[in-house]
This record gives sequence, structure tokens and C-alpha cells, in this order.
Amino acid sequence: MKAARLLAAAAACLVLDAAAFDVGSLFAMLARERPPRAQFAEKKYMALLDKPLEASGELAFTPPHTIEKRTLKPRPERVVVDRERVTLERGGKTHTLSLREHPQVAVLVESIRATLAGDLDALSRTYSVGLEGDERSWRLRMRPLDPALTALVDRIEIAGSGALVKVVEIHQSDGDRSVMTLAPVAR
Amino acid sequence: MTRGGAAVAAWMAGLALCAWQLAHTRFVADLSSFLPAEPTPEQRLLVDQLRDGAVSRLVMIGIEGKDAEARARWSRALAAKLRADRHFATVANGAEAAFEAEREVLLAHRYVLSPNVDPERFTVQGLRAAIDETLGLLASPAGMALKALVPRDPTGELLAIIERLRRDEAPAKVAGVWASPDGERAILLARTRASGSDTDAQAAALAALERTFAEVAPGGEARLLASGPGIFSVKARAMVEGDVKRLTGIGTGLVVILLLVVYRSPRALLLGLVPVASGALAGVAAVSFGFGVVHGITLGFGTALIGEAVDYSIYLFVQTANRQLWPTIRLGVLTSIAGFSALLFSGLPGLVQLGVYAITGIVVAATVTRFVLPSLLPKDFRIRDVTGLGVRIGGIADAIRRFRWGVAFVVAAAVAVLALNANAPFNHELTSLNPIPARDRQVDSELRAALGASDARHVVAVRAPTSEAALEAAQRVGLRLDPLIAAGKLGGYDSPARLLPTAATQRARQASLPDGATLRARLREALDGLPLRPERLEPFIADVVRARSAPLLTREAVAGTAFETALEGMLFRGSGGEWTALIGIRPAAGGTSARADIAAVREAVAQSGVPGALVVDLKREVDRLYADYFQRALWASVGGFVVIVGLLFAALRSPARVARVLLPLLLGVLVVAAFHLASGTRLTLLHLVGLLLVVAIGSNYALFFDRIALGADSVAPRTLASLVLANLTTVAGFGILSFSSVPVLQSIGSTVALGAFVTLVLAAALSPRA
Repeated sequence: MKAARLLAAAAACLVLDAAAFDVGSLFAMLARERPPRAQFAEKKYMALLDKPLEASGELAFTPPHTIEKRTLKPRPERVVVDRERVTLERGGKTHTLSLREHPQVAVLVESIRATLAGDLDALSRTYSVGLEGDERSWRLRMRPLDPALTALVDRIEIAGSGALVKVVEIHQSDGDRSVMTLAPVAR
Repeated sequence: MTRGGAAVAAWMAGLALCAWQLAHTRFVADLSSFLPAEPTPEQRLLVDQLRDGAVSRLVMIGIEGKDAEARARWSRALAAKLRADRHFATVANGAEAAFEAEREVLLAHRYVLSPNVDPERFTVQGLRAAIDETLGLLASPAGMALKALVPRDPTGELLAIIERLRRDEAPAKVAGVWASPDGERAILLARTRASGSDTDAQAAALAALERTFAEVAPGGEARLLASGPGIFSVKARAMVEGDVKRLTGIGTGLVVILLLVVYRSPRALLLGLVPVASGALAGVAAVSFGFGVVHGITLGFGTALIGEAVDYSIYLFVQTANRQLWPTIRLGVLTSIAGFSALLFSGLPGLVQLGVYAITGIVVAATVTRFVLPSLLPKDFRIRDVTGLGVRIGGIADAIRRFRWGVAFVVAAAVAVLALNANAPFNHELTSLNPIPARDRQVDSELRAALGASDARHVVAVRAPTSEAALEAAQRVGLRLDPLIAAGKLGGYDSPARLLPTAATQRARQASLPDGATLRARLREALDGLPLRPERLEPFIADVVRARSAPLLTREAVAGTAFETALEGMLFRGSGGEWTALIGIRPAAGGTSARADIAAVREAVAQSGVPGALVVDLKREVDRLYADYFQRALWASVGGFVVIVGLLFAALRSPARVARVLLPLLLGVLVVAAFHLASGTRLTLLHLVGLLLVVAIGSNYALFFDRIALGADSVAPRTLASLVLANLTTVAGFGILSFSSVPVLQSIGSTVALGAFVTLVLAAALSPRA
């Protein structure tokens, strides 16, 4: 009897817990916590290539607008997104572009930036957002609303635990995909 | 036949000849006549560009109203319709699809265009390095966009070409189309088929643009802005034509009313206008004969000529008893010729026309007055006696004389104004002759800035007898400039030899491409250990094999693309038949302090050994375009003044009398110059010419006062009346021009009208009592 009550309470807790963990609460949590600087390892799987292309480096997010992705291997590269401005440094050359002029790039950037910032409103403007799992292990599934982008990107999946983003996957419509895993660097 | 009869016969024959010439005259109204006729080589470049160059065909278009989405929609619709319009050669609005044509051309010809193509590139090592680089790019954020092209272009030649053609100052984009930096305007760039100097065609293109815009965007909601050299020509012409019609009518009407009021006789009026009409007709005919065309501004100057030339018949009618009349008029004609001669030496064809027109008109009017008009007068011809009027005017002159201290005060004030403005009294700028309102010029520079079409400030110009030789020279200069980019001394350059490499370069690049079997074998070796299998690159091999024997890239191949527009501005045939290649110098990036090391560029150009290569600072040339002509006008005015003094001396033979005649004229010049400066106008070369005319015309009045003062004039009151009437017609004729919106007419008109009046008052004030 006691055991049954315990079980019922546990079940109720579970149900309560599951009900409490929705997209809104995930994003509230993401918004509260500033993500740490992370090491990333990225694999790009392409039909064109026999093996995935691998790259690694560091990723840092400064809320609410700035992402810096510094690739160290296989060759140095630095991408900074600051508000509307994307700067790409590579092979001694610097390229800049404005997200305002490249709406499709903007949408891709926004999927990650809005998630890291916990900005559900911004994300919902361009994606339909689904959530699986619980607080300890969740997976966001985003599909672009804009048909022009659907032709390029099928979906973006971001997985994490608590307020930590651990994996970012971009699934392109042609079957190619990239998987970036993140591991926090001790601050 | 009597002497008079012969004169009348000659006059009628002359009129017939002039009428015939007039019937074969073409009238123009664009402002290219006011560009220098004998430019320096640097200016020649600029003038050719402004007149017929690719720049002259550009039409910059702005769309305002509603929201960004609506503006982008209008921009797309307008671009689509204009592309189908026969007036426009190309239309660009930044929409991605619009560049499909360019990308295809670049892709198809990448192996003759890419600077990286040489035998080294297609060895096993070269291929491996290039493909490895491409794989690196695939891993970067740009990879998604590049992926599809890798099987055809694994060595990244397209990217290498685009990288060099890319300009940092490309227009901003909002909602997928070009927009102003603040995003509130959609921006398009069109190019007319017709040359910028073909004002009729430019007007038709502008009309087509406005009509099309009205079709794609609802009025009231959307607003169209259009600017560019051709549009300016159209607007300037409309202004000149409007002014000429309006002002000539009003000016002539004023003179006619003045004469009617004084003569009170239509017959006298008609007879009085005979010399003027003859002079005007002969003037136009002379210009037409000498220049082939007559400018609208020249016609507009007619009202001034009427005001000036009618004086002779006034003197004839009013001062019939004056024995000294003809010598005085002859002297007046000579001084006027000396005055207008400054225009002949201005070096600007439009002003030379004015000079020819005025001098011919005055000489003919005076000659007709002297030799023809007396024969036309009926025996009983007599105008109403104006002695009474003259006496009243004499009273006014006496009153003026009593207020000499007032004159002293005005002159002192004028000197003070001149002293205050002594540091910058003159305006040497091109815009001083430009009738386009400041508001329109503001829109122009905004659109220009938004398009990044604010043009390279420095260009290197090379000339050669053929297009190929010009490209070759541009390529040689480019080879010397490349190290400067690496050294950070300049940001880059835009050379036609990049868009259209010389045939020799293209052949050399083709020759460095291996055949299919060789390439396949090398690829197999090069790709060893890389994640890319050789079988994937069959499209690459096919493209290389095709490129080996493809026809060379020609100008025709880029027709209808943005490259055609670009090439037109960089490689063109000048008026002399020679080909010019222009290399635009881009400053090294560095924010607001962006600059290029021009001394290094000059040195590099000198080292290239290209004969006659020029490094031109366009901004400086534009700023200086008129400075030299201003100096010329200044010297011509001084020369004209010296001649006038000489003429006065020859006629009066007394330094004291010459001084007495000159004093009011010089003071008048001071007062008029001070008036302009005080009202915020800096003096242009046309004001200078105007001031000289003040001396020339004013001397006529001063001479009469001189004679009255010596008691040599037996009919002083009537002389006075005729002087005032002649003065009023001159003030009316020139004064009406000061309402013109065309600066050429406005400056001369306001200067002479005010000057003529002031010198008459001063001459009266300073003359001793009879």
C-alpha cells in the first residue's frame, strides 16, 4: 500500500515533470543561463565525398547577439556574427556580409542564436518548433516555415541537457548533413 | 541707284542669305557646349566621359513609398519591364536572378578568365593544392552554397574570378533588392542604349521610365526618383527652352512698351526695331554658319542684344540734330565689341557662340541704323519732341549730383564688402554653370552613393590604336599594380583586361589546359588520400576539354550582361578613333581614412613603360576644369578693358577726359561686384564677362555726359532723354535674364542690368554741371 502510494506519487511527479518541461520552460531556462565557451567538433557528411569533412575549434556566445566560431583545424578560420553583420576571416582575407541582404543565411544563424539566447519568439517567427525528451536530455526539432529555405534545409535539430546545448545538426534537403558537438570549456 | 538704295539692296540680300542659313540651322540646348573646347589630356578624358562615355548613359533610379516589401515588388516589376524596353540596354536592381546571365558567362569562360590558370595549376601538385583548398571551403560556412559546383569546378576558378571582380562597396540589399543605406529607397541602375549626348533619345528614355513606373506602381503611393547625366541634360534643356521662350517674350515686350511709351508711334516703333531684328537675324546666322548648331542659350541672349542694339536707333531718332552722333555711336560699338570679345577667348564653345552672336548683332544693328534706316524713314518722319522729358531728367540728374556724398557712401560700402570677401571672391567650380537645382543634385549624389557608383577617384588611362592593344597596355599596367595590392598600398583595381583578357592571354591560358586523358590520369594521382573520388569530377574534365578549343571570349559574348556596362565604361573608342582603357584604382580598406598610395601608382605606371599612360585624379580635374578657363576669362577681361581704354583715349585724346569717363565705370564695377558678394554669390567667369560689359556699355553713357559737360552737345535735354531711354532698354533686356534659371544667362543678365543702371547714375552724379 505504501509502495503503491509511493509509486503513484512518483508517477504523478513524472507526469507533472513532463507537463512542466515544454518548449517555453526550456527557453526560459536557456535565457536565464549564459552558455559557457565551448569546444566544438563538426562533421559534414556530403554525398559528394567518401568521408565526412571534420573541423574543430571553439564556439562562444555573448548574449544576445554575438556568436564567434573559431575553427582551429584543419585550417584556421574565424566567423563572427554580430547582430546583422557576419565577418568571415580565412586565409588572410576578411569577408563581410549583412544578414539583412541574405535572409536565408539569416534564418540559419537565427536558429542557433535564438536557441542559445532562449529567444522563443524570434525562433517561432521562422521555424515550427518541436521538443522531445526531458530536462536532462532534450532535442529541439525545427523546420523552416519559408518554402525558399525548405528547398535548402530540411530541419535543424539541437540537443542538450539542462541549459547546455550539446549537439547542433543541420539536415539539408539534399540529404547532406552536418553535426556539431559541443563540450563546455571550464571557465 | 543712290547710295542709300544700294545699301537697302545689300541689306535685303543679306537678310535673304541669313534667312536661308537660318532655315538650315539645328538648335541644341544641352550643356555640353559649355565644356571646354581645348582640354588637357586629363580633361579630355573627363569631357569625353561626361559627353558620350558610359557614365553619360547611366540612369540611377530610386523608388520611395509604402514599405520595403512593396518597394522591392515595384523594383522587380520595373526592372522586368524596362529590360524589355528598347530605350534601355541593361537594368540592374540587385535581385539575385538578374545576375544569372553574368554567372553563366563567367562559368562558361572561367578557364580563360581565371588568373590562376597556368600550366602549373594543372600538374598533379597544382590540382591537389587547388582541390584541397576547395575542400577546406566546403567545410566552412560558405560550403553549402559551393557544393553543387564542385564536380564542375573543383579548382575553384569561378570563385577566383568573382573574388577579383567583387567590390566592397556594392549596394545594400533590403527584401532582396538594392536599397539606400537607410533602407527607405529601393535603388536600380539602368543604362540607356543612346549616348548621353543624344538629348532627344535621353528624353524618350526618361518618358519611357516614367510611363513604365506609372504602370507598375500606383500613383500617390510610390514615388520615382531618377537621375544621371542624361536626365540632367534633358532637364537642363527643358529649363533652357522654357527660359528662352518665356524671357525672350517678356524682354521683347518690355522694350516694345518702353519705346511705345516714349515714341507714342507704332511706325516709329517698327522702324526702330528694324536694325535690332536685322542684327539678331545676322547674329543667329553667323553662329549657325560658324558652329553648325545654335545653342538655346544663345537665343536666350537675344533679349539682351535687343536691349543693347535698340539704343542706336533711339539715338538716331531722338538726337537727329546731333552732329557728333555717329562718331559717338561708332565709339560705343567699338567698346561693346571689345567687351563681348572676352567671350570669344573664353575657350568654352557655348560662350564663344554668345560672343559671336552679340558682336555680329551689334555691328549689323549699328550698320543698318547708319546706312539703311535713314533711307527707310519716310520724308515726314519725326518722332514726338522729347525735350520736355529731357529737361525733367536733367532736373533729376542735378538732384543726383547734389547727393554726391551718397555716391561716396555707396562706393565706400562696396569697398568694405569687397575687402571682407577678398579671400574667396571667385567660384571656379563646374556647378557654377550647371542649371540643375541643388535639390536635384542632392538626389543625384544620394543615389550615386547608394549604388557605390561614386566612381573611382583615380583612374589610370591608357590609349592605343586598337582595342586589343589598349587591353594589352592595361594588362601591363595591372602587372605593376598587383604588387602594390599585396603591399597594402591600394585596395585593388578594376581593369578591363580582367573582364576581357587579351587574346594572347586567353590563348596562353587555353594552352595550359591538358587534354582529357592526361587530366584524368593526373586527377587520379592528385586525389589520392582525399575524400573526393576522381569519378565525381567527370564534369570538370568535360569542361576543361571543351575550354581548350572554345572560341575566345569577346565583347559580344558579354552583351546584355552587367559586364557589358562595365566594359563600356572601361574600354571605349574616343572621339579621335583611338581606344582608351581605364583602370579604376580602389583605395585600401581602412574605414573613413581609406586611401590609395597614388605616388606609388604613378611610379608603377611609369615602370610599366606604357607610352602616354595617364594617372588622372578625377575629382581634382572636375574641380579644376573651370579654374583654367576662369584665368583665361580674367585675362580676356583685362585685355578687353585695356582695349576699351585705348579706344577712349584715341577718341578723346585727353587723359583727363578719359579719366572722367572711366571713373563712374570703375566705381560701377566695384558696386556691382560688391552687390553680388554681399548677396552671397561668388563670382563666376560669366560675372567677370558681365563686369567687362558694364564698362563697355557704361562708356556710351559716360561719353555723352562728357560731351554735355564740355558744352559740345547742343541738344542736351534730348540727349539726356535718349540716354535714359537707351539705358532703360538695356536694363530691361539684360535685367529680364536675371530671372533665368540658367546660370550662364542669369549671371551676365543680373551683372549688366545692375551695372548699366548704376553706371548711368554714377556718370550723372560725377559729371560736372554743364
